[in-house]
Amino acid sequence: MSEETKPTAEILSTLEEHFPGAAQPAEYEGLVVAPDRLVDVAAFLRDEMGYAYLSCVTGVDYPEPTAQFPARFETVYHLFRSHGGPLTLHVHADRDEPSVPSLVSVWPSANVHERETWDLMGIRFEDHPDLRRILLWEGYEGHPLRKDFHEVYYEADHKPFSSRHPDGQPVQAEERAPLGRNLRYPPDWSEGGDLNPPEGWEPQAEVAIYDPLEERTGGNGRPMPTEQIVLNFGPQHPSTHGVLRMVARLDGETVQELEPVLGYLHRCHEKIGERNVWLANMPFTDRLDYICSMSNNFGYAVAAEKLMGVKPPERAEYIRVIMAELTRILNHMVVVGFFTNDIGVYLTGMLYGLEERELILDLFEMASGSRMMCNYFRFGGVARDLPEEFLPMAKELVYERLPRRVEEMDRFLFNEIFEVRGKGVSVLPAETAVAYGCTGPLLRASGVPYDVRRAEPYSVYDEFDWDVAVAYNGDVYDRFVVRFEEMRQSLRILRQALERLPDGPIQEGKSRHNVKMPEGEAYGRVEAPKGELGFYLVSDGGRNPYRYRVRSPSFTNLGVLGEMCRGHLVADVVAILASIDITLGEVDR
Amino acid sequence: MTAQNSRLPEVPPELQGNVRLMPWDKLYNWGRKRSLWPLFTGLACCAIEFIAGAASRFDMGRFGMDLARASPRQADLYIISGTVTKRMAPQVVRLYNQMAEPKYVIAMGACAISGGPFKEAYNVVSGVDKLIPVDVYVPGCPPRPEALYNAILALYAKMEREPISSMPWYQEGENEGIPVPCLGPDLVDWKLTEQTPLERSK
Repeated sequence: MSEETKPTAEILSTLEEHFPGAAQPAEYEGLVVAPDRLVDVAAFLRDEMGYAYLSCVTGVDYPEPTAQFPARFETVYHLFRSHGGPLTLHVHADRDEPSVPSLVSVWPSANVHERETWDLMGIRFEDHPDLRRILLWEGYEGHPLRKDFHEVYYEADHKPFSSRHPDGQPVQAEERAPLGRNLRYPPDWSEGGDLNPPEGWEPQAEVAIYDPLEERTGGNGRPMPTEQIVLNFGPQHPSTHGVLRMVARLDGETVQELEPVLGYLHRCHEKIGERNVWLANMPFTDRLDYICSMSNNFGYAVAAEKLMGVKPPERAEYIRVIMAELTRILNHMVVVGFFTNDIGVYLTGMLYGLEERELILDLFEMASGSRMMCNYFRFGGVARDLPEEFLPMAKELVYERLPRRVEEMDRFLFNEIFEVRGKGVSVLPAETAVAYGCTGPLLRASGVPYDVRRAEPYSVYDEFDWDVAVAYNGDVYDRFVVRFEEMRQSLRILRQALERLPDGPIQEGKSRHNVKMPEGEAYGRVEAPKGELGFYLVSDGGRNPYRYRVRSPSFTNLGVLGEMCRGHLVADVVAILASIDITLGEVDR
Repeated sequence: MTAQNSRLPEVPPELQGNVRLMPWDKLYNWGRKRSLWPLFTGLACCAIEFIAGAASRFDMGRFGMDLARASPRQADLYIISGTVTKRMAPQVVRLYNQMAEPKYVIAMGACAISGGPFKEAYNVVSGVDKLIPVDVYVPGCPPRPEALYNAILALYAKMEREPISSMPWYQEGENEGIPVPCLGPDLVDWKLTEQTPLERSK
C-alpha cells in the first residue's frame, strides 16, 4: 500500500529533473503533461518508473473553462505498476481541433482506447497507426460523447427530466422527435421532407473495414502466390458469444490478419450515464457484463465511494465479497461450458455450466429480487440485508455442491479434445500480454500473477487467505487451468467469508438515493471475472456524473485478438476467442 | 365442439377412436406449431435467459423446440433477444429476410419492444417492430425463461388460428422481403425514403 500513498509530488519532482517544465499538477488528481513531451514522458514512466501497464485512455470534454484551465479537451491516461493505485496523466488539447500524440508506440494497449476516444469524443491522435472509428461506423455524423452532441430524443442535459418529474406527464419520445423514428441526419439529407441520400452518396462502413485489412496483409511473399480470401464471422455466429464480428484474411486455412469489428451492441452506456443521476447508473452497470452483474455493481460502487470518501460497514463488505466471488464461479462455469460448445462438443458442456448458474442465481434472486440484473449494491452498502434462508443455502452450495462440481468440470481438462485444441495454441507471451493491457485469466495464464484484489486491495480482500491463480504456458489450455484454479480460490474466500460474516448494519449512514458527489475525479477498479473492470468518474459537484467512463476488460482484451490469431488455423479462432472470454455488452457498452 | 367442427361429417361408431375428422387448417397448424425451430442467435442480455431457457432447468425441448439452428435458412422463429442497435439493424433485417417461410418473430425484453432502458441512446433502434413485423412481445428486462415460454405458447395459439388460405406466405407472387437498411450518417432506413437502393440503381 506504500506505493499507493506515494505522493504524485514525488513523481512530479522526478519528472521535473528529467523533463523540465513538461508536467504540472492537475486540477483534481495526477499530472498534466505537455503534449509535445508526452511520448518521452510516457516512455520514461514505463522504462524507469515501472509503469508498464496502461489501463485506460479516455477523453473529457470541457466546453466551459474551469477554475484552473481554459475550455479544452482532455485526454486522461491511467497507468499502473505491479502494486498500488493509478498514476493519472492528463493532456490538454485545443477545443476546436483537438489533437494529441498517440501512445501506441509506448503501450500497444492504447490502440483500441485511442480509437474509441477518437470515435466518441473526436480527439485526433497523431501517428496512430490505424485511427478509425471503432464502436460506430465510418461515415457516422458527429462524436457523441461531446457535451454539445444531442441525441435524437434529447430533452435536457440531466435527469430527472422536468416533463416527467416531479409532476409532469410522460410523453412518448417518438412524439418529440421530429422524424418519428430514432434517426439523426445531417441537414442536406432531409431537404424537402423525404430522406433520400444526396446524389452520389456511397456507404463507407464496410469499405473502411476491408481496405485497411487488405493493405496490412499485402502479398504473402511466397514464390507462388496464392489467393487470399476474406472471411466474415458474425455478427450472427454461434461461436462469437453475442454480436461480435471478426473479419479475417485467410491464406488457405491460415489466418493472415484478423480484426474484430465492434459496435454491434453499442448501447451508448456512457452518454446515458452522463444524463442519469449517480445512483441511476447502478442498474445500467448490470447490463454491461450481463453474466456477472454483481461484479459490475461492485466496480461502480468502489469508484463512487472513492469519490465520496465513504466506507461501507463490515457486514456490507462481506456480503459484497460473497456476491462477487459467487459471480466469479458462475462466470467461469458458464465460460467453460461455452468453450466446449465452441470446440465442437455442442451443448453438453454448457448444460453442466448452466445448471450451477441456476443455483447461484437462486441465491442472487433471494438477496436482490432479480435473477440476472441484480442492482444490489448501493453507495456505502447494499440494497437490503440477506434473507434468513440465504446462509444455509449458500453454505450448502459452497461447502457441498460446488467443490464437487468444480472438480467434475475439471475433468474436461483431461479430455483429449481439450488438450489437442488447447495446448500450444495461440501462445501469448507475458510481455505482449502486459503491453496490450490484458487483464484477468488471460494475463495470469501468461505467467503474470497480477490480480487487482492483491495489487490494489479493495473492500475486505486483504482479510482473506487466498492465492492468485497463475499458469505459465500462455496458451488456450492454460487459460482454463487458471479459471479452474480461480474457482477453487473463490470457494476458499467464500468459505472464510460465510464463516466470518459479521452482524451489523448494511448501509453506512442513511441510504443515498439522490446524492451530490463532491467535485473531483476517481478511478475505481475491481477484479471482475473477465479482468480489470474500471470506472473513471469525474464530478463537477452536481447530481449527475460529468464524465462516466467504463474501462471494460473484454474490450481491452480483444485488442490482442488479432495478434493471438495470426498464423493459426481458422478453426482455432473460435477456441481462441472463447479462451479470452468476452461479453459483448461490456465490449461495446 | 366448435362451430367449425360441427360442420364435419359424423364418424361412424365403429370407427370412433380410429378415425378423427378435422379441417385441413387445423391439422396443418397442429402439425407445424410444435416443430418451430428458433434461430440460434442472441443480441444482448436476453440471449442469456434464452439460453437458460433452453438449458436443463427449464428445458425448451418440452415444447418441441430444442433444435436451435444457427443458419436462418433452417429456422422459422426469430427471437429478438436484446437491444437492436442501429449498427446491427441491417443484419437483423437480412436475417429475417433469409428465414424460411412461414416465419415468426418474438420481441423478447424491453429493448426489443421499444428500446427499453437504452431508448434515448443515439445508436439504438426504438423497438424492433420499426424494422420487421413482430408476432409476440414479451416484457421484462430480461424476461424470465417462464415468460419466454408464455410467449411461445401465445405464439402457438396464434398459429392455431391462422387460416392457410389468407396467410401472406401462401399467396401468389414472390415476396421481395424488407429492404435492408444501410449505415450512412445515421441508419438509412429505405422504408422512409422515396426510393429503395434497388430502384435507384435502375
